[in-house]
Amino acid sequence: MVLGYLISKEFKQMMRNIVLPVIFVLLPISVINVVPRIATQEIKHINFSVVDNDHSPLSERLVHKLAASPNFHLVGTFASYGQASATIDGGQADLIVEIQPDFERQLVVDGTAQVAVATNSVNGMKGSLSSGYVTQILADYSAQLRDEAGLDASNTRLARLNVEPRYLYNTTLDYKLYMVPALMAMILILICAFLPALNIVGEKEKGTIEQINVSPISKSQFVLSKLIPYTVVGLFMLTMAIALAWLIYGYWPSGSVWLIYVMAIAFVLVMSSLGLIVSNYSSTTQQAALLIFFFMMIFMHMSGMLTPIVSMPRWSQTLTLVNPMRYFMEAMRVIYLKPVGFAAVQEQFLRLCIMAAVLWTWAIASYRKTQA
Amino acid sequence: MDQPIVIVNDVRKRYRRVEALRGVSMQVDEGEIFGLIGPDGAGKTSLLRILATLLLADGGTATVDGLDVRRDYRRIRQRIGYMPGRFSLYQDLTVQENLEFFATTFNTTIEHNRHLIDDIYQHIERFKRRRAGKLSGGMKQKLALCCALIHAPRVLLLDEPTTGVDPVSRKEFWEMLFKLRDRHGISILVSTPYMDEAMKCDRIALTQDGRFLTINTPQAITSSYAKSLWSVRSDRMHALLDDLRQWPGADTVFSFGETYHVTIKNGHDSEQLRSHIAHRGHNDIHIERIDASIEDAFMALGDNNTANVTL
Repeated sequence: MVLGYLISKEFKQMMRNIVLPVIFVLLPISVINVVPRIATQEIKHINFSVVDNDHSPLSERLVHKLAASPNFHLVGTFASYGQASATIDGGQADLIVEIQPDFERQLVVDGTAQVAVATNSVNGMKGSLSSGYVTQILADYSAQLRDEAGLDASNTRLARLNVEPRYLYNTTLDYKLYMVPALMAMILILICAFLPALNIVGEKEKGTIEQINVSPISKSQFVLSKLIPYTVVGLFMLTMAIALAWLIYGYWPSGSVWLIYVMAIAFVLVMSSLGLIVSNYSSTTQQAALLIFFFMMIFMHMSGMLTPIVSMPRWSQTLTLVNPMRYFMEAMRVIYLKPVGFAAVQEQFLRLCIMAAVLWTWAIASYRKTQA
Repeated sequence: MDQPIVIVNDVRKRYRRVEALRGVSMQVDEGEIFGLIGPDGAGKTSLLRILATLLLADGGTATVDGLDVRRDYRRIRQRIGYMPGRFSLYQDLTVQENLEFFATTFNTTIEHNRHLIDDIYQHIERFKRRRAGKLSGGMKQKLALCCALIHAPRVLLLDEPTTGVDPVSRKEFWEMLFKLRDRHGISILVSTPYMDEAMKCDRIALTQDGRFLTINTPQAITSSYAKSLWSVRSDRMHALLDDLRQWPGADTVFSFGETYHVTIKNGHDSEQLRSHIAHRGHNDIHIERIDASIEDAFMALGDNNTANVTL
């Protein structure tokens, strides 16, 4: 009964805050609506310069083929590499394609010829992606040439290896579908770890915690009165995010929806215990905010949200084993993309539960200690 | 009289390098207003927090209503009403909601103990829908007192309740404390840096540097002030302080607002004092005999060089 009253008081204060209710609604809308559109790994517009040292029909056909690709835009053809590279320096071009002087002759005589591709890799991701696109077009072009040569005796010697990848689960390699579950995890961290921690430290700062401490309210009642409202809000926002992802992008979890909530509650328990620990050790909201922010940055970058965990160095791969966000993210992506049941996320669920148990114990123990 | 409601026995508290309480002992009798009087940093807040079970003492024992502050802290919390020095109610809840909140946390209702707070609550009732943060300083203190009383405690622990409150509200606040003592028999332990409020208490402990200088009724403390005390003024107040201190007959000289309070050693008198400062070129000299105030007693008892009290 007292707990119910404490919780209703918490909601009352939450709704009286001029910023919080707006954030609760605006955050899922803007995050789900905006971030997947802008955080895309597809490159739409690549400006390229050409240095054609051959000026043969075959080399010109290659340039036309590149320029005809929807993602490529020809800046100009230059006489020397130096001139072409000036367009990269000046920012007009992202990439240079240089064709060697005897391109056509070599193709005809040896069956192979070389093309140099130089990309602006200030943005490493853009550099490697655009050179990847060029390579694809070049491969396509050489396949075309072989087809045209038909049963030409000189080409029958070459083995033809045609790789046609099939992308399972995310069949179109849609990056948005990959981002949405990760964004849901971010929303949960913000609401369920940040806010209760700030709220408790806020009570310390304002001195209101003194009055609570002299009342017969038990510690667990007090802590629960802080956690439950934010968990409710967090799950509400998660629901909003799921609905928005469906309305805007047509994404609906391939696995069952209730699994998302099971995982979310386990994750919220971990993050809110962490928030409590932080609030126990900090005496100002500024300290608490910085600490939580620190954890959030590390967790996010080590969760596989942006960089796949397998491509991390070994030591950091080991560190991600204690990152709760990693498990939640993995589970969310699995549930969204694969039509699977609980068994598929069982391991992630168990690990989150273990972390929750450890952190929760720590949170309660450290709360006692500061009570002196 | 029964057992004292608060018993403090040789309580010590140290924060790293600072010794806040150097072994203090005192008792608060049932139904009295006991004042802890002293400057900032004297240890008043530490003692109140120990009694409110918010802080553990390093040594000594303390009981409230017969309950040990260390062992029985849960039961003590039902019997005390604590008002911290800083306003610590929810500023974003209304007056009514704050009161309801604290009633509920103590498993009671406003109606149940309405009789206790009625006198005070009528001052703020017309603002009951206003958020606590928007109240004036005096109103805030009245609301805080209501919240501290809502569970009908046996003892009130008030930490500098009138600091930062206007003189009229301060006076009203003390009237309320008298009523609580007289009508409801509530014992009150109150700390204050204001010497004039000391006279309103039944008994006081003059506190400095974690020690009690003396514990007695305020009247007994001022009347035991044996030395003859004189108030001195002249046209050149700044130079006067040095001139007074150089006079061999002066025992102590302190600045008290507009005048200096001087005690005179045996074998000297005020006429000698007058001719001494007239000699030094002072005009418009006023010297009169005065009764000692609590502050004079405090200065005389305390460590004079570090005393820094608010009048």
